[in-house]
Amino acid sequence: MATIVDRQNPFKTSLSTKFLWLGLFVYLAYAFSTLDIGWERFMLGLDQGGRLIDRLFPPNFTRWELLLSDLIESLQIAIIASVAGILISLFVGLMAARNMMPNVISIPVRVFIALCRTFHPVIIAILFVKAVGFGALAGILTLTVASIGFVAKLFAEAIEEISFKQVEAIRATGAGFISTILFGVIPQVFSRFIGFSIYQLDSNLRNSTMVGIVGAGGLGGTLFSAFQRFDYDFVTAILLAIIALILVGEALSNLVRRIFQ
Amino acid sequence: MKADALMTPVSNPAESPKWQRFTLGQRSARYMVYLIIVMSFFASLRTVEIIPEFLLDAPEQLADMFRRMWPMDFAAYPTTIHGAMLDTLHIATLGTLLSLILAMPLALMNANNIVKSSWVNWIAKFFLVASRSVNSLIWALLFVAIFGPGVLAGVLAVALRSVGFVGKLFSEALEEVNMGSVEAIRATGASFASVLIKAYWPQAKPAFFSILLFRWDINVRESAVLGLVGAGGIGVVLNDAMNLFQWPKVAMVLTTIFVVVLLIEFIVVQVRKRLM
Repeated sequence: MATIVDRQNPFKTSLSTKFLWLGLFVYLAYAFSTLDIGWERFMLGLDQGGRLIDRLFPPNFTRWELLLSDLIESLQIAIIASVAGILISLFVGLMAARNMMPNVISIPVRVFIALCRTFHPVIIAILFVKAVGFGALAGILTLTVASIGFVAKLFAEAIEEISFKQVEAIRATGAGFISTILFGVIPQVFSRFIGFSIYQLDSNLRNSTMVGIVGAGGLGGTLFSAFQRFDYDFVTAILLAIIALILVGEALSNLVRRIFQ
Repeated sequence: MKADALMTPVSNPAESPKWQRFTLGQRSARYMVYLIIVMSFFASLRTVEIIPEFLLDAPEQLADMFRRMWPMDFAAYPTTIHGAMLDTLHIATLGTLLSLILAMPLALMNANNIVKSSWVNWIAKFFLVASRSVNSLIWALLFVAIFGPGVLAGVLAVALRSVGFVGKLFSEALEEVNMGSVEAIRATGASFASVLIKAYWPQAKPAFFSILLFRWDINVRESAVLGLVGAGGIGVVLNDAMNLFQWPKVAMVLTTIFVVVLLIEFIVVQVRKRLM
């Protein structure tokens, strides 16, 4: 006769899980008590949202010339900033790699890269708009800085992961520093560099439609002013143009990725 | 046929083709890409509207800006900046939590080892891609138009932007789950919910917390600028200070953001070390 043993539940909730839930609820209660997020405001908003969606459609493409010229400007900003940012990142990334450079060089360069990364592109855009005035130039400088922050960091990490045997082999032939880099380092990391660069071009394309909100050129400025003038059908047209731009960019970058595989 | 192949004479080394890593087609495709990049770069450079005088003037203007920023307006911190910064942190945290609620069903629907129907997978994928391709500032503009300026618009903007990111990464983590334990739990006759909780979740848990922390870190940075379009937080203070040309206050706000972002990054790194 088999007796049924009343075993303990093998999946008990642990003490730390309980504390996690408790902490979550305490935080939510605290956050909602300090913020003015009310239910009636939310319901009011849903009402307003229905009306907004009514006014968003159909999209209004009558000002397509403005739209097209802004779109081209966004594209120009993204291309110039990507090329400039990636070229600068090549050198900055190499200088930040701890296995290629002494600490005297790599530490300050790493701090510089971290500085480029800390601030959101929009904040950098604000500073550059003050420095060089409204327009595409501020956008280009902003996205260049943002590209350095991202790509140079990844370049440096990629270079730090290389196999040093090949570098030593090239060095043993009596090659100079530049030849060592060109024939010992670059071939090992080239395909990853291409990957990072394509990713950054894609992300610059997205960001170039946004920096305009603070006056740094491109589609963002027109979008922001259309919002402020309650010109909602034009907003939809701009948003559709942005989504189309991003989709085309993604298709192109997939193509390039396949070529370089 | 085999004998034929064996009998063909070995070609002499001078005639044998030079070894090349890539075929002619591959190489020409690559050179085409290089050419297009260079051409589009110079075409953009020639047509973009840049006023060179402004660029020459830039160092002077930047120096002027930093001179006006110094000394920083430390007195503004306790009165306005501290509260706004807390709001920003709340926006980031609440937005991340809300995005989890929205992302979970989409991630489950998107993982093709949980829901077998490719139709459902595609629907989930569409929502995830749509969420990711609209920038958080644009989401914020939309929600400010709907709910009015304030924290609520910021929370929703952060949440909807994060859904795509969290959902995509979490569904990838779910797809990498070892199916053996899933089958074992299924074999006991467990319901769908039990399989999810006892088979999928324990394996995807580390990835889940790592994604959560990663996105929270990004959201803190992003929510700092949402205020520029009126979605609450420190960005509102920054925008007001800039419109009034209060550069010392701007400097104080930027320093606060800088310190908070570094602090958050430190916390995230520490927590992740404990979790791994």
